[in-house]
Amino acid sequence: MSVLEFDKVTYRYPGDDKNILENLSFAVEPGSFHCILGVSGCGKSTIFRLTNGLLHQTEGRVLVGGEPVGGRRHVCGYMPQKDLLFPWRTVGENLALPMEIRGGIPKKEQLLRIDAALAQVGLAGCRGKRPDELSGGMRQRAAFARTMLTGSDLLLLDEPFSALDFLTRLTMQEWLLDQWRTTGKTILFITHDVEEALFLSSSVLVVESTPIRSLREIRVPLGADRTRRDLTRPELVELREELIGMLRKQVTE
Amino acid sequence: MKKANRGNLPALVLFFALLMLWQLGAMKMNAAYILPTPTQILQRLWELREPLLMTHLPATMSVTLIGLGISLVLGLALAVIMDVSPLCQKALYPIVVASQTIPTTAIAPLFVLWFGYGIWSKVLVAVLITFFPITITVYDGLQSARVEMAELLTTFGATRRDVFLKIKVPCALPYFFSAIKMAVPMSIIGAAIGEWLGAQSGLGYFSRRMMTQLDGAGVFAPIVLLSAVAMLAVALIAVIEKRVVKWRGEF
Ligand SMILES: Nc1ncnc2c1ncn2[C@@H]1O[C@H](COP(=O)(O)OP(=O)(O)OP(=O)(O)O)[C@@H](O)[C@H]1O
Ligand SMILES: [Mg+2]
Repeated sequence: MSVLEFDKVTYRYPGDDKNILENLSFAVEPGSFHCILGVSGCGKSTIFRLTNGLLHQTEGRVLVGGEPVGGRRHVCGYMPQKDLLFPWRTVGENLALPMEIRGGIPKKEQLLRIDAALAQVGLAGCRGKRPDELSGGMRQRAAFARTMLTGSDLLLLDEPFSALDFLTRLTMQEWLLDQWRTTGKTILFITHDVEEALFLSSSVLVVESTPIRSLREIRVPLGADRTRRDLTRPELVELREELIGMLRKQVTE
Repeated sequence: MKKANRGNLPALVLFFALLMLWQLGAMKMNAAYILPTPTQILQRLWELREPLLMTHLPATMSVTLIGLGISLVLGLALAVIMDVSPLCQKALYPIVVASQTIPTTAIAPLFVLWFGYGIWSKVLVAVLITFFPITITVYDGLQSARVEMAELLTTFGATRRDVFLKIKVPCALPYFFSAIKMAVPMSIIGAAIGEWLGAQSGLGYFSRRMMTQLDGAGVFAPIVLLSAVAMLAVALIAVIEKRVVKWRGEF
């Protein structure tokens, strides 16, 4: 069974005169890591917002874990484009948010889970810090830990590294791959960076046009134990050029 | 207020220079019934300490506090209602803004006619002057909460109530403190104006009585006392604010 399934989904923003999604169908299998690649403004974030229930499709069905999204309170883990740590809460209190909202988890248990999550993202000991005391990369990791603590198996990450500097971004990409391997979660990751998409995903879902009628799936011929060096292999260099060509075409259309 | 404690030497120097100028000018003019010197005022303040501190200050403070209390309840309620319901916002906001164009001081004598020389005519003046900045500032604070944060919380399964308590309230808190710091002096001014127009006690009333007796220093003494109390109150609130609001701006 797919973790996420779009079934002939059409969406149009209220007041807009054309669809942004049109009859779009695709499915995501459990445990996979897909990047959604497309130029700015093509509708990538819209796909996420339909998945997490912030928007409701005009037509068609969106299924998460086999159930329709509409009307459910909590659907999946979602990490928006900015880290959005609440500045008036400590890192630990930020991580507690999903559990506070869900309710029914004793404070002690919350603390245990927060500490475990912080240790897992390499932020052990940062529970009492304020978000503005963390570096950009640390903030992203804290936000990721918070997303994990929603307890969802499906994580939607919307350009989480786009605001980071180049080197931090590379480190974070490797770190994320590692997190994916150890947790076994299903990750959908939006980016408009071709190299990032190639390095991270088992297959890239390319948005070729707006309105989005289909996502073109391009398999990346690398295993889970890849390194950055692999990106210099001839077939990957060629794949990169191919992807850039697709995006270019989309821009000029 | 933060920097006032340390390194505000230029302001202090200027302040004392101005005081000196006043002192010299007033001494030269030698008409204490209209322009007393600062030292005369201080002296008078000392002589009048009994009635000022025991009778009139408490009277003014109770008007101020009751007025402030009513303004807070009213202002917070209006701010929350306007934040929760766009329809109410559309209906109320213009009225709240328009209420500020009422020349409160000019119609305050009417309040005395309607409500008599008792405490309530003064409270009304204080409320009319202060509920507006409280309402608008707290409303702005509630509105300053970022939509993206609310959306994120919604994906965790949050209700509107969760969003209000966990995002809107913390966002509005710094605004709330600004509002109180603004409202405290205004409330004191409102109370004093009310008393000036007609009362049986209070610092405003006392100042006016001294005026009729051509006691210039006696007119100023209660005003100096009022200013001191206002400054003290604002400083106290700033201390509380520092304890409660540990973060600033920048999301
Ligand atoms: N609330 C809205 N109302 C109307 N139109 C919207 C709204 N939000 C987005 N759009 C439009 O929908 C299109 C797709 O937006 P979306 O945010 O999904 O793009 P994106 O691919 O995520 O872009 P980016 O890479 O810049 O984040 C944009 O052209 C935008 O103008
Ligand atoms: Mg986007």
